[in-house]
Amino acid sequence: MQRLLFVIPVVLFLGLAAYFGLALTRDPSTLPSALIDKPAPAFALAGLGTKPPLARDDFAGQVVLVNFFASWCVPCRAEHPILMRMAEQEKLTLYGIAYKDRPEDAQRFLTQLGDPYSRIGVDQSGRVGIDFGVYGVPETYVIDKAGNIRLRHVGPLTASDLQNEILPLLKQLGRS
Amino acid sequence: MIAEIGHYALVLALFLAILQSTLPLIGAARRNYGWMAVGQSTALVQFALVALAFAALMNSYITSDFSVLNVAENSHSAKPLLYKISGVWGNHEGSMLLWVLILSLFGAAVAWFGGNLPAELRARVLAVQGMIGTGFYLFILLTSNPFTRLVPAPMDGRGLNPILQDPGLAIHPPFLYLGYVGFSVAFSFAVAALIEGKVDAAWARWVRPWTLAAWCALTIGIALGSWWAYYTLGWGGWWFWDPVENASFMPWLVGTALIHSAIVVEKRDALKSWTILLAIVTFSLSLVGTFLVRSGVLTSVHAFAVDPARGTFILLLLLIVIGGSLTLYAIRAPALKGGGLFQPISREGALVLNNLLLSTAAATVFLGTLYPLFLDAIGGAKVSVGYPFFNATFVPLMIPLVAAVAAGPMLAWKRGDLLAALQRLKFAFLAAFVVVLITFYIQWGGPVLAVLGVGLAMWLFMGVLAEYSDRIKLFRAPFGDSWRRAIHLPRSTYGMSIAHLGLAVSVAGIAAAAWQSERIETVRPGDNIELAGFSIHFDGIEQLQGSNYTSARGTFTVTKDGSAIAVMRPERRFFPLQNMPTSNTAIHTTLLSDLYLALNDGDAPGNWTLRAYYKPLVPWIWIGAGIMALGGLLSLSDRRWRVGVAARRARRAPAEAVAKA
Amino acid sequence: MTRALSFFILIAALTFGAMGPGFAVEPNERLADPALEARARGISDHLRCLVCQNETIDDSHADLAHDLRVLVRERLTAGDSDSQTIAFITARYGDFVLLKPPVKGATLVLWYGPLAILLIGAVGTVVWFRRRKMTGVEEPAPLTDVERSRLKQMMTEGES
Repeated sequence: MQRLLFVIPVVLFLGLAAYFGLALTRDPSTLPSALIDKPAPAFALAGLGTKPPLARDDFAGQVVLVNFFASWCVPCRAEHPILMRMAEQEKLTLYGIAYKDRPEDAQRFLTQLGDPYSRIGVDQSGRVGIDFGVYGVPETYVIDKAGNIRLRHVGPLTASDLQNEILPLLKQLGRS
Repeated sequence: MIAEIGHYALVLALFLAILQSTLPLIGAARRNYGWMAVGQSTALVQFALVALAFAALMNSYITSDFSVLNVAENSHSAKPLLYKISGVWGNHEGSMLLWVLILSLFGAAVAWFGGNLPAELRARVLAVQGMIGTGFYLFILLTSNPFTRLVPAPMDGRGLNPILQDPGLAIHPPFLYLGYVGFSVAFSFAVAALIEGKVDAAWARWVRPWTLAAWCALTIGIALGSWWAYYTLGWGGWWFWDPVENASFMPWLVGTALIHSAIVVEKRDALKSWTILLAIVTFSLSLVGTFLVRSGVLTSVHAFAVDPARGTFILLLLLIVIGGSLTLYAIRAPALKGGGLFQPISREGALVLNNLLLSTAAATVFLGTLYPLFLDAIGGAKVSVGYPFFNATFVPLMIPLVAAVAAGPMLAWKRGDLLAALQRLKFAFLAAFVVVLITFYIQWGGPVLAVLGVGLAMWLFMGVLAEYSDRIKLFRAPFGDSWRRAIHLPRSTYGMSIAHLGLAVSVAGIAAAAWQSERIETVRPGDNIELAGFSIHFDGIEQLQGSNYTSARGTFTVTKDGSAIAVMRPERRFFPLQNMPTSNTAIHTTLLSDLYLALNDGDAPGNWTLRAYYKPLVPWIWIGAGIMALGGLLSLSDRRWRVGVAARRARRAPAEAVAKA
Repeated sequence: MTRALSFFILIAALTFGAMGPGFAVEPNERLADPALEARARGISDHLRCLVCQNETIDDSHADLAHDLRVLVRERLTAGDSDSQTIAFITARYGDFVLLKPPVKGATLVLWYGPLAILLIGAVGTVVWFRRRKMTGVEEPAPLTDVERSRLKQMMTEGES
């Protein structure tokens, strides 16, 4: 009995080490959205330049991707070719929200790199970003037909994110 | 070429460490004195080799040899010399090299100063040190080689983060590592004792100075880090319970428990298996801290090392070092039989209480630091555990601890009289409550906890003085008699009293934070700001050019009741290389309080944002820590620890032992 | 913290590109009503900055922290209570933004753990004392008055 007492430290440590092992496989920097499986926040934003405005109700009943971007954001540039590929090759419907960006800067950014978005809303104050829980651009959201947020991807999308994360989910949600 | 020499020296050190971790151990088991002695020479040569490797890296930094990847990534030719040097340990690879340098330094010190140790014990201690060294040399060579070349070499380096370009931070890591790594000696002694199956007063006497030395260094290291955060980060805080801070604080808490429990082993031959466990846990927490900081599992610590191979390697190392030693503990510790009996109310009892509270405090910090990780690992929610949690859980544990520190040393060994001790403390009690509470309450009002904190600090301070005057029979014996007693008190006793005084000073500084006042204003030259009775006048701004930064320096004249007190010059620096601003605060200290100014760009040209704080007693936090470390050093200088003294002392012991009781 | 914290600031600055102009709460953000402002400070002092991760939004220079500080003040001005304001933020960012985690199922171990450890330790110590008493060597009887005076005598002799 008394001997058992002396075994406790090593047992506790092994448990701890197992947790550490698990923790190593996880990325602590990504936060899950507080809005997963909850309705996407309502918003109505002015369009970019001459383009039409963007509101939540515009994509009711559709499966859509909403991408927050900004011209000042370096990783957004890295992600951009993937977005272009999504729009051109995969024929996905992408909605863009220019986060805390001046419209003319956002416009120049898209003129330079190409415009993958069906529509763009301008969120100059960043309020819609806060409603979505955005903490760093780029962020990409998948919203289902019922208008619920199903996925948030923080940081630039890569080709493997697209193949392994986004496309399977869209398929499952029955993209029309 | 020089970098290759450094690399080669490190590889040689690895082979010596492997030799050191095997031969002396076998020698000790077979009583082969020749094999046992191998450990001494390998430890000494190892230190020379690692010092050579370290010098090689430092040379690459000083000469700005950007063909070395590590230098190119972390240094820049325009950097001041001091930061070229401190840049060596301002990054993952270099700081690991510093880590093993200090490890080999301690190994060499044990080999050099360990002449009074039994040959077997010394051989085993050095063998365990060799094993730790082996692990870390492998770690550096396989995953974090600082000597990797970069071809072609870039024209210039990427520079060091401006926030790190600060003298305080230049010396903070070496002290921190002296502490962390210094605890490895206590660990090795513990493991050696488990192998031998023998822990006695002599063992405790050998292990205590090493632990004390590490503890002093860690105390200084933590205090430096906190002080640096206070004067650089520009928001006046000094401790945020950040995971990285906690990683250094946990070994400190358990190490503090260890230096106290080792006293019981030394004086009373009790608490043996507990003390061994503490020695193992203290160093284990240092290692766990290393893992947390360098594996990227915690959010605070991203940038240090993002390479998952490193995390895996350190975890493996933890499994071997901590898992191995605790398994050995589970097998051998039950055989360690404690000797001295004592009553719950006694000096030993007080030290047990100290250990209980410190261990619980360390466990609390551990739980709070790792809880988000645990919850995430089992797929739970993402939560944050920030300073409000620690204030709510840690502080209540410290209140009884600080209160008990005053009474503990007054209790006799074996069987104490608490009532008598408290009676002797009645002056402390009166001083604490009458003077402090009333003064502070009338002066500032304010939170109950803060008033209590200052009262507690006063109680402890007076308690220590009461205990000291009691010891030398001040006012109860003729003055000459007291003087003679004061001179003959061992230095370790003085060390204890001084360290406890330091604690009182720190506690007062921490508690008084509640009375700080703050102004955050937009100012233009010519403006005047009132804060806590001071009048702060903004004289103007000048633009300066530093070696690798530009600076806007404000001049503020501070007056109180019409007379000038100080001219303060907070700066806003801009480092073009990193495109990063830093703020250099201006602090006017009277040692009783700080006036703290931080300057920042305003919302329009010509506007500046000034954060001004008046912080009563805040310097005491670090002064107290310094006094604690001083107490530790004084205790360390006690001649009892020195070679051969124990034997000489033994002859005189009977008379003195009675005198001390 | 501190070193890693600053590393993180650097990385965050590079990644998010949003090196705000100021640091921490700015004069122009403040509310005119001191009571309301004090409440706002109290709330933002307990919210974690998401970009820098280990600062409160009150202490942080990040752009998002600025936005959240302004948001907190807007909610308070609109008449929200402190808890409504906090709920507004957590609805968007989750419990992660709270530096003081709420007491609920997932955090019970966290909040009651320290107390449990203290109790286990205390009970363990008491049990250990008792067992030692039972299994240990006969305890020496307390000194009698005669012995006490003899000891005192010996001590004074030893000193002189």
